[in-house]
Amino acid sequence: MKNAKILAALLGSICLFAGIAQAADTANTLRNSRLDDQTQLPKAPAKPVSQQYFQPPADTDIPNNAFGELVRRGQDLFMNTKALAPEYVGNEMNCVNCHIDRGRKANSAPLWAAYPMYPAYRKKNNKVNTYVERMQGCFQFSMNGKPPAADSEILTALTTYAYWLSTGAPTGKALPGRGFDEPPPPKGGYDIARGKAVYEKQCQLCHGENGEGKKVGVTSVFPALWGKDSYNWGAGMHRINTAAGFIQHNMPLGRGETLSDQEAWDVAAYINSHERPQDPRLVNGSIDETRKRYHADDGVNLYGVVVNGKKLGQGVQ
Amino acid sequence: MRKLITPLLSGLLLLPALLPLSAQAVDGSDIMQKGGANPAAMPCITCHGTDGKGMAAAGFPRLAGLPEAYIAKQLADFKAGRRENAVMQPIAQSLTPEEVAAVAKAYAELPKVNIKPGPVERPQPGSGAWIALRGAWERNIPECTLCHGPAGVGVGDTFPPLAGQSALYIENQLKAWRGTKAVAATRKTKAVAAVPPSRRNDPNGLMAHIAVDLSEAEIKAVSDYFAGLGESKEAFDESQHRLR
Repeated sequence: MKNAKILAALLGSICLFAGIAQAADTANTLRNSRLDDQTQLPKAPAKPVSQQYFQPPADTDIPNNAFGELVRRGQDLFMNTKALAPEYVGNEMNCVNCHIDRGRKANSAPLWAAYPMYPAYRKKNNKVNTYVERMQGCFQFSMNGKPPAADSEILTALTTYAYWLSTGAPTGKALPGRGFDEPPPPKGGYDIARGKAVYEKQCQLCHGENGEGKKVGVTSVFPALWGKDSYNWGAGMHRINTAAGFIQHNMPLGRGETLSDQEAWDVAAYINSHERPQDPRLVNGSIDETRKRYHADDGVNLYGVVVNGKKLGQGVQ
Repeated sequence: MRKLITPLLSGLLLLPALLPLSAQAVDGSDIMQKGGANPAAMPCITCHGTDGKGMAAAGFPRLAGLPEAYIAKQLADFKAGRRENAVMQPIAQSLTPEEVAAVAKAYAELPKVNIKPGPVERPQPGSGAWIALRGAWERNIPECTLCHGPAGVGVGDTFPPLAGQSALYIENQLKAWRGTKAVAATRKTKAVAAVPPSRRNDPNGLMAHIAVDLSEAEIKAVSDYFAGLGESKEAFDESQHRLR
């Protein structure tokens, strides 16, 4: 009996200790992950007219060995993120939604241009971000989810896929086609009402009247552009300049570069003037403090800005 | 006074009860079997089959389970000439708007094509499956499944299912969207005039440029791919994801 009591006390203290250890671990993960910085890399150079964009290897070049298997697994995850990694995706997005053609298409943030730029040093805060950390940021913000561990099978497979796509690309050299090649802000600024008209004409067919996207059964086909199933307020795409770049080069699907820079900015502003899941970095529950710390100096965005009488950044669940 | 009002009121109350009768006069499945009121509107089953699954060898499409709004739009487009077809145009022109609505609804209520979700597919470059699942982005051709849904099951009212359609039907549509280019005369051959596209009803021009940029061989291969998906007899759990 006495032994049992001692054992129980011992077990209790072990559990308590484990609990403390776990809490400390979570805090460490947050501190060490450096996820608080989602600022952009410096702009990539323009592509000289006479040159081609970097050409990633063909699928037939994937070797039939353990490495090749990991490349394929990474590609499967990249295209079916929600279906294959549901515990890390909080909305209905898949990597391939923003990185068109499986991360191969120039000006759709191709992986072959991103991967060789990491680890990236950011002078602003004297920090170094790894490629894995950048991907963790995607899970936390663009997927509104939970980042897989740095050494997880998921991030290892995704890294391997990006590494393979970058075969032959120079390391540490900004390649034309990286990111979304954002068009410059229009001279007269952007106009949300004009953007609504562009949206109704060009986007609504697939993305829905309320930006809800479209699904087949449980599988998202056209991604949600705002609301609970979309990227959160911390995602790079919430910047109007970033969304304008993506849209101008890639939308409507298969008919990229048909909208003018002005139309791209206007419709990007319209899309990003809607509520979406809260920025997970929310400071002291305050939109204003979060804006000051994370959004004031992050491109052109409407977080914490009053639009049509409503302060944006409330978040949706 | 009261005596007068009562029969008047009861007469008014009867009116709504009579209305559905006139609506029932247009019965969608009746039109499928027997055609419209105008004899030129032939019975749909003649070409689209008694089960609405079309006739593969002749390239007559499946209508069973297609979205109601999609069918209604196609009939309107045939009528307006945005979709040209020697057989369908006179039929569409002979159907009343009520008949169009009724027949669209009736076909939408028939079973949809049943494709069981499978594991991730890894197509070979150069195959029809490649165009269907990977596209040809160097020519701005998205993979078909990106808009028509995984396994081509169709998405919403706008993107019809490709699964369940015959190779000949899909091929004919892609050719209808592209038309043919003019061929200049040579010393031995005569000039061939361009044939403009006979299908011009794609929203926002989403299909036309794709059809134009696909090669003849790709059109054939991708049509064969979707036709080859067949149909599963087994039901499946709708809570499962469809993989790409």
